[in-house]
Amino acid sequence: MSGVRPDYVRPVDFKHGRVDMSHGSGGRAMAQLIDELFLRAFDNEWLRAGNDSARFAVPAGRMVIATDSHVVSPLFFPGGDIGCLSVHGTINDVAMSGAAPLYLAATFVLEEGFPLADLKRIVASMASASRAAGVPVVTGDTKVVEQGKGDGVFITTTGIGIVPEGVDIAGDHARPGDAIIVSGTLGDHGVAIMSQRENLSFETAIESDTAALHGLVGAMVAAVPGIHCLRDPTRGGLATTLNEIAHQSRCGMLIREQDLPVKPQVSAACEFLGLDPLYVANEGKLVAMASAGDAATLLAAMRAHPLARGAAIIGEVIEDPHHFVQMQTSFGGRRNVDWLTGEQLPRIC
Amino acid sequence: MKYIDEFRDGALAQRLAAAIAHEALPSRTYHLMEFCGGHTHAISRYGIKDLLPANVQMIHGPGCPVCVLPIGRIDSAIELASRPTLILATYADTMRVPASKGLSLLKAKARGADIRMVYSSADALRIARENPEREVVFFAIGFETTTPPTAVAITEASAGRLSNFSVFCNHVLTPAAIANILESPEVRELGTVPLDGFIGPAHVSTVIGSQPYEYFAEEYQRPVVIAGFEPLDVMQAILMLVRQLNEGRAEVENEFTRAVTRDGNAKAKALVAEVFELRRSFEWRGLGEVPYSALCIKEKYRAFDAEVRYGVEYRAVADNKACECGAILRGVKKPTDCKVFGTVCTPENPIGSCMVSSEGACAAHYTYGRFKDVPVVATAA
Repeated sequence: MSGVRPDYVRPVDFKHGRVDMSHGSGGRAMAQLIDELFLRAFDNEWLRAGNDSARFAVPAGRMVIATDSHVVSPLFFPGGDIGCLSVHGTINDVAMSGAAPLYLAATFVLEEGFPLADLKRIVASMASASRAAGVPVVTGDTKVVEQGKGDGVFITTTGIGIVPEGVDIAGDHARPGDAIIVSGTLGDHGVAIMSQRENLSFETAIESDTAALHGLVGAMVAAVPGIHCLRDPTRGGLATTLNEIAHQSRCGMLIREQDLPVKPQVSAACEFLGLDPLYVANEGKLVAMASAGDAATLLAAMRAHPLARGAAIIGEVIEDPHHFVQMQTSFGGRRNVDWLTGEQLPRIC
Repeated sequence: MKYIDEFRDGALAQRLAAAIAHEALPSRTYHLMEFCGGHTHAISRYGIKDLLPANVQMIHGPGCPVCVLPIGRIDSAIELASRPTLILATYADTMRVPASKGLSLLKAKARGADIRMVYSSADALRIARENPEREVVFFAIGFETTTPPTAVAITEASAGRLSNFSVFCNHVLTPAAIANILESPEVRELGTVPLDGFIGPAHVSTVIGSQPYEYFAEEYQRPVVIAGFEPLDVMQAILMLVRQLNEGRAEVENEFTRAVTRDGNAKAKALVAEVFELRRSFEWRGLGEVPYSALCIKEKYRAFDAEVRYGVEYRAVADNKACECGAILRGVKKPTDCKVFGTVCTPENPIGSCMVSSEGACAAHYTYGRFKDVPVVATAA
C-alpha cells in the first residue's frame, strides 16, 4: 500500500530552516509560512478570514493613520527586538495625536537565507506586543529579496486609530508659556542598541525603553483634554523633536539641563562615545506641551502611570521669531540645542 | 558621573567667574587663544563665554585635526577609496569634509567606494585581518594624541606580517602650529591679532608633556596654561592666565596635573619615534605649507605606508574663495566674520572644514551659540 497521504504537508522547519525565494513566490511555500507562522502568532478574526484586506466597521469621529518602517541593526537588542519595536513604533505614532489605536497592518521584507528560527522569534515578539497593547495585526504582506539585497528582515507597520471628541493635539499647537514635560529618562534605546554594535560592544545594564504609549496617552488626555502637543522623541532624540515643534508652532523653547532626566549609565556611555543624550533615540518616551495652568495636573497624571513615573517638567515654550531651542546649562551658561547634523547612530529603529 | 561631574559643577563655575571678573583689570583686554578644538567645543557647549567679563576674549585656535586637513589630502583619500578592492578605514569626523568636484568621503561612499567608519586604529587592523583578500588603508589624522595608536597599528601589522594593511599618514604636530601662528605677520608685525596667552592642549600634552611649550613662553613672552577639556578646567586656566598677565609673567603652567607631566608619556613618545619621522613640509588648511610640521612613516616601515604603496601624489587645491576657514584657523577672523557662515555654509552643507567637525570653530558657534547673534524677542527666566 502506498504511504502517500494526499492532504499531508510537511511542517515548516522552524528549527533549522531558512527563508528561501519560494517563501515570497505566492505559491504553496508562502501560503504555508503565512499559515504556520503569521496566522498562528497573530491569530484573529480578520486574518482567519483569509482575504488580502481586513474589513471592519468605521467608528464615527476623526481617524488617524501612521506608518513606520523598521530596519534596526542588530535585530535583537537588550530590552527588545525588531518585532516588538515595529508594533510600539507605529502605535506610538498614532497615539501622539491623542488617538486610541485600533488596528495594525504589517509588511515583512525578508532576505533569502534568514533563519526561520529568528523569524519565528521576531513574529512571536510582535504578536505578544500587539496582544499586550490590545491592537491586533489585521492584514499583512510578505516579500523575499535575494541574499545580499536586504539585512535579514525589514518590517513596515501601519496603524489606524480614532481621536476622542474634544481632543486636538498637533505639532503646531505649542504656545509661549506652555510647560515642556518629558515622560522619563532620555537616550535608553539608542545606548542599548549602541552597546550591541559589533565594532563597539561594551557591557551595560541599559535596556531599550521600547513600549507602547497609548495607555499613557489615554490617561494624560483623560486628565487634561487640552494638551497642545505630544511627540515621541525617536530618531534624533529630544533635541530634534523640540526643534521640529518649535518650527511647526513658530515659537522658541528654553529647557534646563539640570532638569533633564538621564540615567547615570546612559550619560556615562554617551560621555565615552562622544554622544549627547539629547540626540539619542527613545522608543518608549514622549514629550508633551500643555499650558502652564494644566502642567501640574498633567504631570501628576503621568507620574501615576507605570510608563511615566520619572516624568519631569524640563522647560518652557517661549516667543522667538527664530525658533531656537535654547538650554540653560547646569554650568551656568546658555546655548543652542540644534537640529541633529548627519547621523548620530545609524539604523536604530 | 563620578570624576566628571566634579569638573562641571555650576556653583564652582560661578565662584571662578567671580574671581576672573574680580582679577581682570578693567583697564586692559585679555586676548586668549584656546589652541584645541576640544576647548573650543567645551567653551561653546557649556556657555563659558556667558561667564566671562567682556574684556576677557577667547580666540579659537587651529587645533582641530579635521579642520586643518587641506582639500588635497581628502582628495587623495577619496582616490584611494575609489580603487576597486580597497577598503578605506577612517574616523567618522572626516566623512563630511568637502573635497574637490563637490565630493566628500560620504559622497564617495554613496557612489560605491568601500569606506568604513572606525573608532580606533585597532578597528582598522581588525578589518584588515578579517578581509585578507582586500587591501585596507587606515586614513590616519590627528595631532600627537592619535599618533601613538597609529604607531601601534603599524608595529602590530609589521609583527603580524599583515601585508594587506597600510596607513595614509596625515599626523601633524602641535608645537609647529603654535610657532607658525606666533611667527605669522598678523601677530608679529601688523599686530592685527592681539594674542596675550594660550590655553595649552589637554590630550596632546598627556603625550608630549608640558616641556615643549616652554620655548614659546620664553621666546615669545606669552604665558601658556595647559588645561583639561572639562569646563571648570577651562575657567581655571583662564584665571591662571589673567594672573600671569597681571603679574607680567610668561610661564608654562599646568592646570591639568591629573594627566599631564613635564615630560609626557615616554612609552608613547618612543613608539612614535620608532615608526615616524618628520616630514619636510606639510600643507595645513589656513596656515599653508609649514616646514617640519607633520610626520611621515619611516623607511623601515615603508611597506605599511599607503603613500609609497599606491604612489599617492599630493596636489594642493585652493579653498573656496568665499570661505574664511584659513583666517579663522589663524585666529584672524571669527566665524561670524565669514560671509557664508550660516547662510551658504551650514553643518548640513559645509563649504569649509571649520563647519564640519564638532571641534571646528564655525560648527561650535553655529550649533551652540548662534542664537546670540540675533536679538531674541523674549526669554523666560
